[in-house]
Amino acid sequence: MTALTAILIRDMRIAVRVGGGALIGVLFFLVVVTLIPFAVGPNLPLLKQIGPAILWLAALLASLLALDRLFAADHEDGSLDLILTGRAPLEFVVATKGLAHWLTTGLPLVIAAPLIGLLLNLDAPAEITLVLTLLVGTPALTFIGLIGAAIAVTLRRGGLLLAVIVLPLTVPVLIFGVAAANTVGPVPFGTPFTILCALTLASLVVGPFAAAAALRQEME
Amino acid sequence: MAIADLANPTRFLKFADRTIPWLGGLTVIVFAYGIDQAMLAPDDYQQGATVKIMFLHVPSAWLGMLGWGVMSVAALGTLVWRHPLADVAAKAAAPIGAAFTLLCLVTGSLWGRPEWGTYWVWDARLTSELVLLLLYLGVIALWRTVEDPSRAARAAAILTLVGAIDLPIIKFSVDWWNTLHQGASVFRIGGSTINSSILIPLFIMAAAFTLLFFTLHLAAMRNEILRRRVRTLRLMQASAVS
Amino acid sequence: MNAVNHMGFIIASYAAAVAVVGVLIVWVTLDYRAQRLRLADLEMRGVTRRSAPARSEPAIEQAKEKA
Repeated sequence: MTALTAILIRDMRIAVRVGGGALIGVLFFLVVVTLIPFAVGPNLPLLKQIGPAILWLAALLASLLALDRLFAADHEDGSLDLILTGRAPLEFVVATKGLAHWLTTGLPLVIAAPLIGLLLNLDAPAEITLVLTLLVGTPALTFIGLIGAAIAVTLRRGGLLLAVIVLPLTVPVLIFGVAAANTVGPVPFGTPFTILCALTLASLVVGPFAAAAALRQEME
Repeated sequence: MAIADLANPTRFLKFADRTIPWLGGLTVIVFAYGIDQAMLAPDDYQQGATVKIMFLHVPSAWLGMLGWGVMSVAALGTLVWRHPLADVAAKAAAPIGAAFTLLCLVTGSLWGRPEWGTYWVWDARLTSELVLLLLYLGVIALWRTVEDPSRAARAAAILTLVGAIDLPIIKFSVDWWNTLHQGASVFRIGGSTINSSILIPLFIMAAAFTLLFFTLHLAAMRNEILRRRVRTLRLMQASAVS
Repeated sequence: MNAVNHMGFIIASYAAAVAVVGVLIVWVTLDYRAQRLRLADLEMRGVTRRSAPARSEPAIEQAKEKA
């Protein structure tokens, strides 16, 4: 078993255990979506119109939740030092941890989204486009989040700082994700979706490199 | 055999071992009778056959609330009387109550689609029932997050008692607000408005579901006691190494 | 009253009920078996609630297995 596979399995196991982020992310997603009608009013046509945007926002916030502990937990128990001095390239290790985070936090959100979309009165075509955009976009949210998590690793109350750093970076993903999910009007699905794919691919590369650089800086 | 005997986990396990099989058997019998009567019941003059969903939806709703009620009594047992099995009862009831609340929402949604044309509306009753599900999931998350069982029990007990405010809200939501969900038609002052040919199968199904709840609850309590024994033994084992 | 179309919803509801009840029963049963197995395993290794602490060698093995 290679080092990277071992890290992947370990991270996934931790995520589903006590205090891990996996299913709580979906619960948070559900809670946020439930709050919206209390604030906006139970106007079903309105909810249907802003539905994809709400679901995207809620997915973004829920993705952020488990990022906080991603590197901080390893830093606290010393495994981060082991990783830094290990033979596997840090960029790959970081990417593997990102993959584990997406599999345990992002992917459950994508699966839960259609069911929660029913609460917002989304119809079948809207649900399908939403799921596609989330499927492509949530990895970007995770991998951009890696950067913030790495920067905030040595801070004890790093959670809010992490959010403040990461959220502006995710704005392009949010814009094109919602635009793609909303394509009923004149804008065809293809254009924003393609750009969303491009953003995700870019984040898969930039995220691990930037996060690795930040980790090396922080741990000096 | 007094209730006080049940305070001892070992005696409770014996009680559970004896009780669960025949309680389960009784549940199956009442379900068989209930489903038979439900299928034979006449169609509603307005809704047609979809009224048959009621035989699942209404008992599920009652069980969801019963679950939180059991948890609330157990919470008092933990906080006020320090009953040793109270937190076991609370922890065991949570997933069962949550499952039936979910079933209530799902069956209600499937009933709403043909009746109202939509799977969901944000009216007072549906929303308060959804909030109940969120409360359940929250308390389950709390149980799983705190390592030490007795600390988890106290935290969960407080959350349970605070969340109990949702139960009267659910019950009276159809009276207090203008809702799409129909008003109270079973338990109301002046008697039920449902014809007995449908009401009686409904009560039989409710009884069956309630028996199912307590069978599952006893079994889950048994599992939780065993789980705590395993944990204690493992902790002993770990400290024996040093 | 389009009773034929509504059949789908009625069947789906009963299927959902069967599924939920089924999952609960399976959960309770599997959990019971798992706990019984673990208790039997611990007892076999000599760890019981009223026994003296186990000898150090098997205890180290048990601790490794627990980790």
